[in-house]
Amino acid sequence: MVNPNVEGKKYPATEPYLVGREKIREFARAVMSTNPVNTDVFAAQAAGYTDVVAPPTFAVVIQERSLAGVLADPEADIDFSRVVHGDQRFVHNRPIVAGDELVSELSVAKVASLGAHSMITFETRILDAKGEHVCTAISTLVVRGD
Amino acid sequence: MTHINIASLEVGQEIGSREFHLTRDSLVKYAGASGDFNPIHYRDDFAQAVGLPGVLAHGMLTMGVAVQVAVDWVGDAGKVVDYGVRFTKPVLVDAADGAIVTVTGKIGEINADAGEVRIDLTAVFADTTVLGKAQARVRL
Repeated sequence: MVNPNVEGKKYPATEPYLVGREKIREFARAVMSTNPVNTDVFAAQAAGYTDVVAPPTFAVVIQERSLAGVLADPEADIDFSRVVHGDQRFVHNRPIVAGDELVSELSVAKVASLGAHSMITFETRILDAKGEHVCTAISTLVVRGD
Repeated sequence: MTHINIASLEVGQEIGSREFHLTRDSLVKYAGASGDFNPIHYRDDFAQAVGLPGVLAHGMLTMGVAVQVAVDWVGDAGKVVDYGVRFTKPVLVDAADGAIVTVTGKIGEINADAGEVRIDLTAVFADTTVLGKAQARVRL
């Protein structure tokens, strides 16, 4: 069972993640995007962006780095081999673009039990180099009980 | 770039549909792109050892491809301001044949004042809906 006392716990901000143009292109191909703003710098600039734009789910890459800290936290006591992704949401203040340097701050929004299973909801606030909010990723993991 | 007149839209209107052929190659590419290297997404023996019928697509891959229907419609990936899904059923990816996920988008809500619409996405694999409450808020 996930330790219910970690509800409300905040984890230290991650090291800055530099969003690379090729990383965005690689991710865009992996999610089968055909949208030129994801891959073509000129198309992105014509649409008003400074560089190629990340697909709407790209922030998962940043979220993953924050989550690694929680999964390694003995206090949270999460058995990763029993984890199933329950739900996921991304709320963007602005899109992520190549060149962004992003940090993320994760907090545990909720821990709940559902029979033998635990559900833990994380909120990852993603900020740019100026400290401005770019995106919040909200994720619920289900940890299967016995 | 698509120019959409919000006044011409109707709730329930279909905005597009796409068929995604997910193969084992797609899963390996997504693992590399996303950094999610859970072996249930590329090793049958491992998936079976943890009680799964076989290799599953990353839920985040299904989520990532599904929103492309909304992106294609609006013409700019940066205009999807809010996107959430529930992972309700797994997508089993056969080693030889892969899996076909069919995604359809419909207008769920229109907010003309904000210049935004909500796109409701349906993702179907093997006659079963695999994402719940898949909704993308798009700024026009």
